Amino acid sequence: MKDRKQLMHEINVASFTVDEAVLFLDTHPDDSKAMAYYQEWSQKRRDLVRTYEKQFGPLTNDSVADTDKFSWLDEPWPWEGGNC
Amino acid sequence: MWIYEKRLQYPVNITQTNAKLAQVIISQFGGPDGELAASQRYLSQRYTMPDKVAKGLLTDIGSEELNHMEIVCAIIYQLTKNLSIEEIKASGFDKYYVDHTTALWPQAAGGVPFNACQFQSKGDAITDLTEDLAAEQKARTTYDNILRLIDDPEICDPIRFLRAREIVHFQRFGEALRHIQESLDSNNFYAFNPEFDRP
Repeated sequence: MKDRKQLMHEINVASFTVDEAVLFLDTHPDDSKAMAYYQEWSQKRRDLVRTYEKQFGPLTNDSVADTDKFSWLDEPWPWEGGNC
Repeated sequence: MWIYEKRLQYPVNITQTNAKLAQVIISQFGGPDGELAASQRYLSQRYTMPDKVAKGLLTDIGSEELNHMEIVCAIIYQLTKNLSIEEIKASGFDKYYVDHTTALWPQAAGGVPFNACQFQSKGDAITDLTEDLAAEQKARTTYDNILRLIDDPEICDPIRFLRAREIVHFQRFGEALRHIQESLDSNNFYAFNPEFDRP
Protein backbone atom coordinates (compact mmCIF):
# COMPACT_ATOMS: atom_id res chain seq x y z
CA MET A 1 0.00 0.00 0.00
CA LYS A 2 1.33 3.43 -0.95
CA ASP A 3 1.63 6.03 1.76
CA ARG A 4 -0.52 9.12 1.70
CA LYS A 5 2.19 11.54 0.60
CA GLN A 6 3.29 9.33 -2.28
CA LEU A 7 -0.29 8.79 -3.47
CA MET A 8 -1.06 12.53 -3.34
CA HIS A 9 2.14 13.23 -5.26
CA GLU A 10 1.01 10.81 -7.96
CA ILE A 11 -2.43 12.49 -8.08
CA ASN A 12 -0.73 15.88 -8.48
CA VAL A 13 1.44 14.54 -11.32
CA ALA A 14 -1.49 12.91 -13.14
CA SER A 15 -3.74 15.96 -12.61
CA PHE A 16 -1.12 18.34 -13.95
CA THR A 17 -0.56 16.11 -16.97
CA VAL A 18 -4.31 16.24 -17.67
CA ASP A 19 -4.37 20.06 -17.18
CA GLU A 20 -1.57 20.45 -19.72
CA ALA A 21 -3.17 18.04 -22.19
CA VAL A 22 -6.49 19.92 -21.93
CA LEU A 23 -4.93 23.30 -22.79
CA PHE A 24 -3.03 21.73 -25.68
CA LEU A 25 -6.20 20.04 -26.97
CA ASP A 26 -8.16 23.32 -26.69
CA THR A 27 -6.01 24.68 -29.50
CA HIS A 28 -5.25 21.32 -31.22
CA PRO A 29 -8.58 19.45 -30.94
CA ASP A 30 -7.80 17.12 -33.88
CA ASP A 31 -4.43 15.88 -32.61
CA SER A 32 -5.01 12.13 -32.13
CA LYS A 33 -1.71 11.56 -30.32
CA ALA A 34 -2.58 14.25 -27.77
CA MET A 35 -6.06 12.79 -27.42
CA ALA A 36 -4.66 9.33 -26.62
CA TYR A 37 -2.27 10.90 -24.08
CA TYR A 38 -5.19 12.76 -22.48
CA GLN A 39 -7.27 9.58 -22.23
CA GLU A 40 -4.43 7.58 -20.73
CA TRP A 41 -3.69 10.17 -18.05
CA SER A 42 -7.26 11.08 -17.17
CA GLN A 43 -7.96 7.37 -16.58
CA LYS A 44 -4.82 7.15 -14.41
CA ARG A 45 -5.99 10.22 -12.48
CA ARG A 46 -9.45 8.80 -11.87
CA ASP A 47 -7.97 5.52 -10.56
CA LEU A 48 -5.53 7.33 -8.26
CA VAL A 49 -8.26 9.59 -6.85
CA ARG A 50 -10.49 6.58 -6.19
CA THR A 51 -7.65 4.75 -4.39
CA TYR A 52 -6.78 7.83 -2.33
CA GLU A 53 -10.36 8.57 -1.28
CA LYS A 54 -10.92 4.97 -0.18
CA GLN A 55 -7.90 5.11 2.14
CA PHE A 56 -7.59 8.71 3.28
CA GLY A 57 -10.88 10.54 2.85
CA PRO A 58 -12.75 12.69 0.36
CA LEU A 59 -11.09 15.11 -2.08
CA THR A 60 -14.42 16.57 -3.18
CA ASN A 61 -17.48 17.22 -1.03
CA ASP A 62 -19.63 14.76 -2.95
CA SER A 63 -17.32 11.81 -2.30
CA VAL A 64 -17.69 11.42 1.48
CA ALA A 65 -17.77 7.65 1.94
CA ASP A 66 -18.49 7.44 5.67
CA THR A 67 -22.11 6.89 6.55
CA ASP A 68 -21.97 7.99 10.16
CA LYS A 69 -19.79 11.08 9.93
CA PHE A 70 -19.21 13.94 7.48
CA SER A 71 -15.44 13.42 7.13
CA TRP A 72 -15.05 16.29 4.58
CA LEU A 73 -14.17 18.53 7.53
CA ASP A 74 -11.70 16.20 9.23
CA GLU A 75 -8.56 16.41 7.15
CA PRO A 76 -6.44 19.58 6.97
CA TRP A 77 -7.06 22.01 4.12
CA PRO A 78 -4.42 22.22 1.40
CA TRP A 79 -3.09 25.65 2.41
CA GLU A 80 -2.47 24.24 5.92
CA GLY A 81 0.03 21.80 4.48
CA GLY A 82 -2.54 19.01 4.21
CA ASN A 83 -2.59 17.01 0.99
CA CYS A 84 0.76 18.34 -0.13
CA MET B 1 -19.97 25.60 -12.25
CA TRP B 2 -16.87 24.61 -10.34
CA ILE B 3 -16.02 21.65 -8.13
CA TYR B 4 -13.50 22.16 -5.34
CA GLU B 5 -10.78 19.52 -5.00
CA LYS B 6 -9.06 19.46 -1.63
CA ARG B 7 -5.46 19.81 -2.88
CA LEU B 8 -3.24 22.48 -4.41
CA GLN B 9 -2.33 22.33 -8.10
CA TYR B 10 1.29 22.51 -6.91
CA PRO B 11 2.30 21.79 -3.29
CA VAL B 12 3.32 24.56 -0.87
CA ASN B 13 5.25 23.56 2.27
CA ILE B 14 6.98 26.59 3.81
CA THR B 15 8.53 25.96 7.22
CA GLN B 16 10.15 29.39 7.79
CA THR B 17 7.86 32.42 8.16
CA ASN B 18 8.89 35.66 6.43
CA ALA B 19 6.45 38.57 6.66
CA LYS B 20 8.68 40.80 4.54
CA LEU B 21 8.47 38.48 1.53
CA ALA B 22 4.75 37.90 2.08
CA GLN B 23 4.19 41.63 1.50
CA VAL B 24 5.91 41.35 -1.88
CA ILE B 25 4.32 38.08 -3.00
CA ILE B 26 0.81 39.36 -2.13
CA SER B 27 0.99 41.37 -5.38
CA GLN B 28 0.37 38.12 -7.25
CA PHE B 29 -2.89 37.76 -5.28
CA GLY B 30 -4.43 41.23 -5.64
CA GLY B 31 -1.91 43.28 -7.63
CA PRO B 32 -2.21 44.62 -11.21
CA ASP B 33 -0.82 41.42 -12.78
CA GLY B 34 -1.98 39.02 -10.07
CA GLU B 35 -3.91 35.78 -10.21
CA LEU B 36 -7.24 37.26 -9.04
CA ALA B 37 -7.21 39.72 -11.94
CA ALA B 38 -6.12 36.93 -14.30
CA SER B 39 -8.98 34.62 -13.31
CA GLN B 40 -11.61 37.36 -13.52
CA ARG B 41 -10.23 38.64 -16.83
CA TYR B 42 -10.56 35.28 -18.60
CA LEU B 43 -13.74 34.13 -16.89
CA SER B 44 -15.44 37.46 -17.70
CA GLN B 45 -14.27 37.61 -21.31
CA ARG B 46 -15.47 34.12 -22.24
CA TYR B 47 -19.26 34.75 -22.31
CA THR B 48 -19.29 36.78 -25.51
CA MET B 49 -16.25 35.15 -27.13
CA PRO B 50 -17.57 33.96 -30.51
CA ASP B 51 -14.95 31.28 -31.22
CA LYS B 52 -15.15 27.81 -29.66
CA VAL B 53 -11.37 27.38 -29.27
CA ALA B 54 -11.05 30.72 -27.43
CA LYS B 55 -14.20 30.09 -25.36
CA GLY B 56 -12.83 26.75 -24.15
CA LEU B 57 -9.37 28.14 -23.52
CA LEU B 58 -10.68 31.11 -21.49
CA THR B 59 -12.74 28.71 -19.36
CA ASP B 60 -9.86 26.29 -18.77
CA ILE B 61 -7.12 28.88 -18.21
CA GLY B 62 -9.50 31.05 -16.14
CA SER B 63 -10.18 28.03 -13.92
CA GLU B 64 -6.45 27.28 -13.63
CA GLU B 65 -5.89 30.87 -12.48
CA LEU B 66 -8.19 30.16 -9.53
CA ASN B 67 -5.80 27.31 -8.63
CA HIS B 68 -2.89 29.73 -8.91
CA MET B 69 -4.63 32.27 -6.69
CA GLU B 70 -4.99 29.49 -4.08
CA ILE B 71 -1.26 28.64 -4.37
CA VAL B 72 -0.25 32.31 -3.90
CA CYS B 73 -2.62 32.61 -0.92
CA ALA B 74 -1.19 29.39 0.59
CA ILE B 75 2.34 30.84 0.26
CA ILE B 76 1.29 34.09 2.01
CA TYR B 77 -0.66 32.21 4.69
CA GLN B 78 2.34 30.00 5.49
CA LEU B 79 4.78 32.94 5.43
CA THR B 80 2.71 34.87 8.00
CA LYS B 81 1.61 32.01 10.28
CA ASN B 82 2.21 32.41 14.02
CA LEU B 83 4.05 35.73 13.68
CA SER B 84 5.01 37.47 16.90
CA ILE B 85 4.24 41.18 17.42
CA GLU B 86 8.01 41.82 17.36
CA GLU B 87 8.32 40.14 13.96
CA ILE B 88 5.28 42.06 12.66
CA LYS B 89 6.83 45.37 13.71
CA ALA B 90 10.34 44.58 12.49
CA SER B 91 9.20 43.38 9.04
CA GLY B 92 6.95 46.34 8.29
CA PHE B 93 3.94 43.99 8.20
CA ASP B 94 2.26 46.21 10.84
CA LYS B 95 0.56 48.38 8.20
CA TYR B 96 -1.20 45.36 6.72
CA TYR B 97 -1.77 43.72 10.10
CA VAL B 98 -3.67 46.68 11.51
CA ASP B 99 -6.44 46.26 8.89
CA HIS B 100 -6.42 42.51 8.22
CA THR B 101 -4.51 40.82 11.10
CA THR B 102 -3.01 37.87 9.20
CA ALA B 103 -6.05 37.22 6.96
CA LEU B 104 -5.74 37.19 3.17
CA TRP B 105 -6.94 40.34 1.41
CA PRO B 106 -6.24 41.13 -2.25
CA GLN B 107 -3.87 44.05 -2.62
CA ALA B 108 -0.70 44.97 -4.51
CA ALA B 109 2.70 44.98 -2.81
CA GLY B 110 2.47 48.77 -2.55
CA GLY B 111 -0.79 48.50 -0.59
CA VAL B 112 -3.12 49.45 -3.47
CA PRO B 113 -6.33 47.41 -3.12
CA PHE B 114 -7.53 45.06 -5.85
CA ASN B 115 -9.60 46.88 -8.43
CA ALA B 116 -11.50 45.53 -11.47
CA CYS B 117 -9.80 48.26 -13.55
CA GLN B 118 -6.67 46.07 -13.35
CA PHE B 119 -8.12 44.00 -16.20
CA GLN B 120 -10.34 44.46 -19.22
CA SER B 121 -13.22 42.56 -20.72
CA LYS B 122 -13.66 44.54 -23.91
CA GLY B 123 -16.02 42.48 -26.02
CA ASP B 124 -13.74 42.32 -29.06
CA ALA B 125 -12.01 38.99 -29.66
CA ILE B 126 -8.73 40.40 -31.01
CA THR B 127 -8.56 43.11 -28.33
CA ASP B 128 -9.26 40.68 -25.50
CA LEU B 129 -6.82 38.00 -26.66
CA THR B 130 -4.11 40.63 -27.13
CA GLU B 131 -4.77 41.79 -23.57
CA ASP B 132 -4.53 38.17 -22.40
CA LEU B 133 -1.15 37.71 -24.11
CA ALA B 134 0.14 40.88 -22.43
CA ALA B 135 -1.29 39.77 -19.07
CA GLU B 136 0.62 36.47 -19.18
CA GLN B 137 3.88 38.30 -19.95
CA LYS B 138 3.29 40.88 -17.20
CA ALA B 139 2.66 38.11 -14.68
CA ARG B 140 5.80 36.28 -15.87
CA THR B 141 7.88 39.44 -15.37
CA THR B 142 6.41 39.86 -11.87
CA TYR B 143 7.39 36.29 -10.98
CA ASP B 144 10.88 36.95 -12.37
CA ASN B 145 11.10 40.04 -10.14
CA ILE B 146 9.89 38.04 -7.12
CA LEU B 147 12.48 35.31 -7.79
CA ARG B 148 15.27 37.93 -7.68
CA LEU B 149 14.18 38.82 -4.15
CA ILE B 150 14.05 35.25 -2.79
CA ASP B 151 16.60 32.56 -2.09
CA ASP B 152 14.56 30.20 0.11
CA PRO B 153 14.00 27.08 -2.07
CA GLU B 154 10.72 26.32 -0.28
CA ILE B 155 9.29 29.60 -1.67
CA CYS B 156 11.14 29.61 -5.01
CA ASP B 157 9.83 26.19 -5.99
CA PRO B 158 6.08 27.00 -6.24
CA ILE B 159 6.90 30.49 -7.64
CA ARG B 160 8.89 28.85 -10.46
CA PHE B 161 5.93 26.58 -11.20
CA LEU B 162 3.62 29.61 -11.46
CA ARG B 163 6.11 31.43 -13.69
CA ALA B 164 6.28 28.48 -16.07
CA ARG B 165 2.48 28.40 -16.36
CA GLU B 166 2.46 32.01 -17.61
CA ILE B 167 4.64 30.93 -20.53
CA VAL B 168 2.39 27.99 -21.44
CA HIS B 169 -0.72 30.19 -21.25
CA PHE B 170 0.95 32.80 -23.47
CA GLN B 171 1.63 30.11 -26.07
CA ARG B 172 -1.99 28.86 -26.00
CA PHE B 173 -3.52 32.35 -26.19
CA GLY B 174 -1.27 33.04 -29.18
CA GLU B 175 -2.63 29.92 -30.88
CA ALA B 176 -6.22 30.98 -30.12
CA LEU B 177 -5.60 34.46 -31.55
CA ARG B 178 -4.12 32.92 -34.71
CA HIS B 179 -7.12 30.59 -34.96
CA ILE B 180 -9.55 33.54 -34.83
CA GLN B 181 -7.53 35.55 -37.34
CA GLU B 182 -7.59 32.62 -39.76
CA SER B 183 -11.39 32.88 -39.83
CA LEU B 184 -11.26 36.62 -40.64
CA ASP B 185 -10.37 38.60 -43.76
CA SER B 186 -6.55 38.63 -43.83
CA ASN B 187 -6.62 41.97 -45.71
CA ASN B 188 -8.37 43.60 -42.77
CA PHE B 189 -8.77 41.76 -39.45
CA TYR B 190 -10.60 44.81 -38.13
CA ALA B 191 -13.30 45.14 -40.82
CA PHE B 192 -15.80 44.09 -38.16
CA ASN B 193 -15.82 42.95 -34.54
CA PRO B 194 -16.59 39.20 -34.62
CA GLU B 195 -17.87 39.47 -31.06
CA PHE B 196 -20.53 42.11 -31.85
CA ASP B 197 -21.12 42.78 -35.55
CA ARG B 198 -23.11 40.35 -37.68
CA PRO B 199 -21.43 40.71 -41.09
